[in-house]
Amino acid sequence: MTSFGTLLNNLINDTVQTSLCHFAPELALSATIVLLLLLRLFGSADRWIPPYFTTLAGALVALGLCGTQLLDLLNSSQEPEPFFTGLLVFDHFGAFVRGLLALFLVLVVALTVLTGIPDREDGPDFYTLMLGSTIGMMIMASANHMLMFFVGIEMASVPGYAMVAFLKGNRKSSEAAFKYVVYGAGAAGVMLYGISLLTGILGTASLPEMASHLAIVLGDAGGAGTAEGRTVLLAVLMVLIGLAFKLSLVPFHFWCPDVFEGASAEVAAFLSVASKGAAFALLVRFCLALVGNNPDAYPEFTTGIGLGLGAIAAVTVTFGNLAAYSQTNVKRLLAYSTIAHAGFMLMAVSALMVVMSKGSSVKGFDVAEASRMCVEGLLFYLFVYLFMNLGAFAVVALLRNQTFSEEIDSFNGVGWQAPALCSCMVLCIFSLVGLPPLGGFWGKLVIFMSLFNIASNVHWFMWVLLVVGGANTVFSLFYYIRILKAMFMKEPLEDARAVEVPPTIGNYALLIALPVLLLGLFPTWTTSLAHGVATWLIP
Amino acid sequence: MDSILGLSLLIFMPTIGALALALLFNSKAVEAMRVFTVVVTAITFVLTLLLWSKFDAIDPGIQPAVDGVRGVSAEWIGSWNIHYRLGYDGISLPLVVLTSFVSMLAALASWSINKLHKGYFILFLLLETGMLGVFLALDFFLFYVFWEVMLLPMYFLIGVWGGPRREYAAIKFFLYTLAGSVLMLIAMLMFYFGGGNEFNILRLTQIGQGNVPGLHFDEFTQITAFILLFIGFAIKVPCFPFHTWLPDAHVEAPTPISMILAGVLLKMGGYGILRIAFPICPVGAQYAAYTLVAIGVISIIYGGFAALAQTDFKRMVAYSSVSHMGYVILGMGVWKITAENGIMVTAGRDYWLMGMNGAMFQMIAHGVSSAGMFFMVGVIYDRVHHRDLNQFGGLFGLMPLYSGLAAGIFFAGLGLPGLCGFIGEVFVVLSTWNFSPVLAIVAASGVIITAGYILWTLQRVYLGAEYKGPHAEEITPMNAREATIAITLLVMAVVLGVYPNLMFDVMNGSMAEVVDGMDAGLRAAQQSGVSITSVPAP
Repeated sequence: MTSFGTLLNNLINDTVQTSLCHFAPELALSATIVLLLLLRLFGSADRWIPPYFTTLAGALVALGLCGTQLLDLLNSSQEPEPFFTGLLVFDHFGAFVRGLLALFLVLVVALTVLTGIPDREDGPDFYTLMLGSTIGMMIMASANHMLMFFVGIEMASVPGYAMVAFLKGNRKSSEAAFKYVVYGAGAAGVMLYGISLLTGILGTASLPEMASHLAIVLGDAGGAGTAEGRTVLLAVLMVLIGLAFKLSLVPFHFWCPDVFEGASAEVAAFLSVASKGAAFALLVRFCLALVGNNPDAYPEFTTGIGLGLGAIAAVTVTFGNLAAYSQTNVKRLLAYSTIAHAGFMLMAVSALMVVMSKGSSVKGFDVAEASRMCVEGLLFYLFVYLFMNLGAFAVVALLRNQTFSEEIDSFNGVGWQAPALCSCMVLCIFSLVGLPPLGGFWGKLVIFMSLFNIASNVHWFMWVLLVVGGANTVFSLFYYIRILKAMFMKEPLEDARAVEVPPTIGNYALLIALPVLLLGLFPTWTTSLAHGVATWLIP
Repeated sequence: MDSILGLSLLIFMPTIGALALALLFNSKAVEAMRVFTVVVTAITFVLTLLLWSKFDAIDPGIQPAVDGVRGVSAEWIGSWNIHYRLGYDGISLPLVVLTSFVSMLAALASWSINKLHKGYFILFLLLETGMLGVFLALDFFLFYVFWEVMLLPMYFLIGVWGGPRREYAAIKFFLYTLAGSVLMLIAMLMFYFGGGNEFNILRLTQIGQGNVPGLHFDEFTQITAFILLFIGFAIKVPCFPFHTWLPDAHVEAPTPISMILAGVLLKMGGYGILRIAFPICPVGAQYAAYTLVAIGVISIIYGGFAALAQTDFKRMVAYSSVSHMGYVILGMGVWKITAENGIMVTAGRDYWLMGMNGAMFQMIAHGVSSAGMFFMVGVIYDRVHHRDLNQFGGLFGLMPLYSGLAAGIFFAGLGLPGLCGFIGEVFVVLSTWNFSPVLAIVAASGVIITAGYILWTLQRVYLGAEYKGPHAEEITPMNAREATIAITLLVMAVVLGVYPNLMFDVMNGSMAEVVDGMDAGLRAAQQSGVSITSVPAP
């Protein structure tokens, strides 16, 4: 009868000594939420301490904790360690993505301070939602179990719905939130069904165990034709649909432009970057779990999924870019650009899937290195994407406060009235296009290099992706440049008032845009970090 | 000057100037900014002249060479073997000097810019950095980065300060070049993965020419990469059928930018072919030799006829660029091969070398003459605000100095003996005879078309009894600044025409190395099993 007591003791020990330490950034954010709400309770307290201050402090603490964790991991060469009884995993990959999320949170909160959305009254509500959503995303990044997979996604999404609706009294905002909720609920339902099917058939919900169970279920034939095989495939597809919704991949992207248009630019930036980053982390974890350590057991199955992802990536990139042409609203345009970028990043995941499933059949081909390069590309892309996309949205938000509009036309001639701010926009936009020497170029380049490498050694389909990616880089120029054209080449509208940008705002934009340039000039540090993280993920 | 710092200083001198402009100058101090920009470009020009004085024409390889290591380099991105690698030889040095020379004159011509001066001069200087970087880079990656860097300022320079259809012209220029550079990027990846993770142009050249044991680019790689690279560079040159961006960009760009576009930017295409596409892919180059020659001849004739049909003065000059740059492609392409001891080897190596030298000379000569022609168009446009050839006439009487200088510069473009345009054309046409007499005759007849449109233009613009077009009252003689630019260009045209060895002495050694290296590469490829067949040219 000692067993129960010991078990409980062990559990407590384990929780207190390791799990809670690993969970420190999330705990810091949770404490901030509690603090925010308490400060409001005690009437006058939040008059002295503005809510953004509390939030910023909490986010900075979380960022510091994430940074320390990542540094510790890199220095101590610690193996990935599951915690909370295997529900979450503590590894380099998770630490990197969580660090990204915390960094992004800091920058977005700083942006909201500058733009004044939300106002003082609503501050605690808004920041509570944002912090809660970030915690959900962090859980997504370190999920090790299908349960946390779902919990993380929902925890990230639900506050997102409310944030979209935050512009109270704005019909578009409410409509956008409603669409988002309906789509989100539908996708979550499908995904949950997929998860239950998958775990039911495999008999496990733990990601690391999935592959071995999958090998048993699919059997020697690779699952072709058996009922179990088809059901597993269906379940995986349903799970991927849920993720595709979060990533706004075609054909699950319809919410994205409407939501971005309705939400404030700050919230749109948050959804566009943080939510994508977390969802990609989750997608990578799920894909790796499917492939497992012994990819030779069922190569057709995982290759098929990889190719399917590749096809979706190609369609997503092309559609996103083509649809962006006709937009007149900057946020809608950036929404389609977000869709297109999700497609680019998905190419990396597709390549990863294909090379891990099929690469070992090619003699003399370093599968692990090629797979790492895919992950490296994805992580670097995410890192740059954080700055360049946030920069673009930030400039839109800051200019909106001056022009009271988010139509492209309303930016006519602004470039010469606010040269510093708009030069930052130039950097961000050209980085989104992928021109050197800006960070976005390297992101694309690493992914293209992976595609090229895998195409010439493993699977021809990557040529298709490479060509589609290259062609889309050229296409995308055409609509991105419309923003710059309006800013610098058009005469201001007749009724437009002159734009005056205070220096703080210019400095903030510079803070966001400078890393885009620096990452382009000196990518080594970040790529080697991303490579190190990838090496731990794919040993 | 020869250290990595010296070369970097040369490249980034204009950037330093741009930063100083951005931070130190009040945007109202227009005259100060103009003078400052001219000073910065002049310093850069002096630096390039210093480089020229250091140049050792006996050594055909890349300089500086220290202890047998060609070029100077520093690691940039170690994990992908990307280096910040610089150097120059007889091919790039004349183009570097041409760049700083034309930029300086274009800065002098920038007094006609009448809005948003600060932004203009900053972008102008950034553009110069990009151009110098392209010519001095010896790492394919660095080359690519500079190639792209130059796009951004150019886009804004055309799009903000250009003519009525500037937005259309700017985006067209941008899209064409970007499409070309994506192709170049793919070729770059092919080299990178095929050549043992290498971006170093010198090493890639050795691999491509079969000088590195264990590594070589197979026939498929060479041909595919050559086609991709050639399209990328041909867009820039531009030759038929990739030339359609050029008339728009030239016509809409402000005068100084037209000068740079025609004087320097077009040369990047030719330089890219000489530095990258040819040496790394000799098999591909031989495979496409006949196509190259055909494209060159078509460009000459087509560009000439198109120029003949224009009524817009600037458009006429723009199409003349297409025609003149056709000689560059033609001169490079005349690589004839013949069977000898069972393998195909270069036939008439000296003729081909002559063609390459002619092509290179033509690039320099065209840089001088076309910049001059665009400047001359700009001078009259600033006064009468139109460019309709049919509404000019009688300018000789009103602006004698201008008209005289313009006649000289246009004759240089025409290829009159004694002026710079003649040498390149003659060399190219002579060498073409060895490749294909028929094509040589066609190419030579292009000279007649050139004479036709240039003389007809001179007649319509400068001759005649009196000027009947609009704004006749604003026609004033050239001022000293304008005269300085025009005289400088005309003097250069005469010097190059009378003493072409000024260039040939510098470029001949390096060019011979390219020619011999490609011949050796072709032999090596055949020894490793590639079968080459010669296309009989009529």
